[in-house]
Amino acid sequence: MSRSMILGGALSLLLIGAALLSLLWTPYNFELLDIPNKLQTPSAAHWLGTDHLGRDILSMIMAGARTSLGVAMLAVVIGLVFGIPLGLLAAARSGSWLDELIMRGNDVVFAFPLLAMAILITAVVGPSAMNAIVAFGIFNIPVFARTVRGGALSLWEREFILAARVSGKSSLRISFEHVLPNLINLLIVQGTIQFALGIQVEAALSFVGLGVQPPVPSLGRMLADSQTLVTLAPHLAIFPGLAIILIVLGLNLFGDGLRDWLDPRLRAKRP
Amino acid sequence: MSLLSIQNLSLSINGADILDDVSLLIQPGEIVAVTGESGSGKSMTALATMQLLPPGSQTSGQITLDELEVLDASEERLCKMRGHQVGMVFQEPMTALNPVKTIGDQVAETILIHDAMPPDAAMDRAREVLDRVGLPEERFALSRYPHELSGGQRQRVVIAMAIALQPKLLIADEPTTALDVTTQAQILDLLQGLVREYDMGMLMITHDLAVVSDMADRIVVMRKGQVVEEGPTRDLFANMSHPYTKMLFAASGHQVSLPPAPAPEPLLELHEVVRDYRLPRTKLFTAPGQMRAVNHVSFTINRGERVGLVGESGCGKSTLTRAVLGLEQIQSGQILLGGAPVFSGHRPNPAVRRQMQVVFQDPFGSFNPRHRVDRLITEPFHLYEKPPTGAARRDAIAEALTAVGMRPEDGQKFIHEFSGGQRQRIAIARALITRPSLILFDEAVSALDVSVRAQVLDLLADLCRTYDLTYLFISHDLSVVRTVTDRVLVMQSGQIVEEGETEAVFTDPAHPYTRELIAAAPVLPQVAQDV
Repeated sequence: MSRSMILGGALSLLLIGAALLSLLWTPYNFELLDIPNKLQTPSAAHWLGTDHLGRDILSMIMAGARTSLGVAMLAVVIGLVFGIPLGLLAAARSGSWLDELIMRGNDVVFAFPLLAMAILITAVVGPSAMNAIVAFGIFNIPVFARTVRGGALSLWEREFILAARVSGKSSLRISFEHVLPNLINLLIVQGTIQFALGIQVEAALSFVGLGVQPPVPSLGRMLADSQTLVTLAPHLAIFPGLAIILIVLGLNLFGDGLRDWLDPRLRAKRP
Repeated sequence: MSLLSIQNLSLSINGADILDDVSLLIQPGEIVAVTGESGSGKSMTALATMQLLPPGSQTSGQITLDELEVLDASEERLCKMRGHQVGMVFQEPMTALNPVKTIGDQVAETILIHDAMPPDAAMDRAREVLDRVGLPEERFALSRYPHELSGGQRQRVVIAMAIALQPKLLIADEPTTALDVTTQAQILDLLQGLVREYDMGMLMITHDLAVVSDMADRIVVMRKGQVVEEGPTRDLFANMSHPYTKMLFAASGHQVSLPPAPAPEPLLELHEVVRDYRLPRTKLFTAPGQMRAVNHVSFTINRGERVGLVGESGCGKSTLTRAVLGLEQIQSGQILLGGAPVFSGHRPNPAVRRQMQVVFQDPFGSFNPRHRVDRLITEPFHLYEKPPTGAARRDAIAEALTAVGMRPEDGQKFIHEFSGGQRQRIAIARALITRPSLILFDEAVSALDVSVRAQVLDLLADLCRTYDLTYLFISHDLSVVRTVTDRVLVMQSGQIVEEGETEAVFTDPAHPYTRELIAAAPVLPQVAQDV
């Protein structure tokens, strides 16, 4: 394992651990308003200080990270579940009307900006965490479908795929037995990018009020709330912002390391 | 005073020793060929001369090029040297040119970088050298792009770039390896002519002894980073002293003895096979064009017969292979194996497919890197309705691996743990495991070093004895085809132009194209010819 992977893994574990811990325990109840103690700077009682309503920022970040991670993960799962089969199918039937249909459908989805899609879904079902998940999940489908198709197309030209075809294997079977396992690297990297992006997207949607609604905490809304107070109490913006940065950085480093670690060709060179 | 003098050059890259005490001299007007197998350090010697070594390189010794101490020179001085005093020709003409710049600009670029001439004069000079390398203005205007040229023509452009400033030394790294034989002969001629004309020194790197023997004044044989033998070409071939040189020479002209073929009984029959490709649509309302890759091809392969298929790139060999394997549907004609069609209706016929296997060229690309060898070689079992399991499967794996000279335990390893030659053996094991009646070898030994190639050819001859193999051996390498086949088919532009007993075709070719091919193929000197 590389050093950057360990660092990334540690960062991710720290924040994921904190997020999971918030299910059972947080230093304070993040819904608890404590107006007399508002806008406190970090102290022994409140490690990261309190916000304008006297809520404990550490507790809110822990719970907010949970929301962000949950949204990002479910959105990536949606993207993988629909994107991979579509991409494999398009590559296996490349050049056919089916390929055209899938890829042009992808283009249509791509044509809608993420925010426009989120507003559209909000208009139908109202703002919620589900809105963020579905909006980003739909956005992820063409991303994964395209990645898979591109990688699979070059694999279909490789001689080991020809050898499998000579062995009479169907294209469905070749897709799952030979093509998909060789795309794992690609998917892990794309998956972590989308996962990290998802955390930012959740923050952005919550920032503009299209994501989770109060009182459920969210890193994005914490940033939005801190806007007017940022000169008075910069820690309100710094800590949630730092949490987003560290989680995104940690996931990216971990994803890169994981890709190298999973590859049997690189495994041989490892000490 | 020699033009290039390399003295006691040692090189290590990140601690791994690449070159060990290499010395060689090149005089003006002399062609020195450095030859050896992969990993011998021949390319690294050339790169060290240009100081284009990868990061982490440590060199010691002395390289003197025309009074310049290359190892001590500043990067700025080296940039002046590259392209001006030393020109370089690379192996792969397809990637050595920038696809978005015209050939004129690319040739002129070398001149302009060195501020040798004003832009107008540079373009004139570009025209002049392109003419010299055999790309006349009427057909090859300066405004043409690399994609409009064939591989051989591109290599001529690369050569034009290298000689634009009349360098004193030309380094050619496998300049003809990626080219067809007839093109190869022309390019070698051109290089030889240029050396004489400009009185350049030439450092030619090649793995092909036959090319070397035709062309070089002196030969340097390298192995594992060391010079094992060197001398004037004729002397060196006449009395080789080092065992490695002898081995290399013997392996290059390696002959195998095939067992006699059994009585003729048709196995694979092709009748008037046609394969068309649809070209991309160029205009919206006109029908897309068709490209006929295989044009009314008919031939028969008998059971137990070893047949060769030769031809240059683009002649339709690979398309024909795919059609025979049932990977692609043909437009008209018939392909029968043991009397049954490869395609029944629009689907490949599994009963026929079971009888065929294939070995591909690229020992690195023909295996899924994520599976272990046992899983890889049992893949053809998928053709059976009831694939063997348990002990039967284990026995089959062990038998196939043993047959190709590997150990049964190798089944547990991943493919990247094996060398190119071992991988090719594993590929043959995969083809043998279902005991097919026909195996197609698609350039199966082209990517291998000569000594490894000789071993694989021996293996083939052995397998012919034990398994009564019938195979179609597709290759551009005439010397290999000559030794491992009984009968040969010559293909040109989608058609079979000549067919006959291998020896008869090679000694007395009837078709002009066959004659041209045989004449163009470089041959080893006397010693090999009387084998």
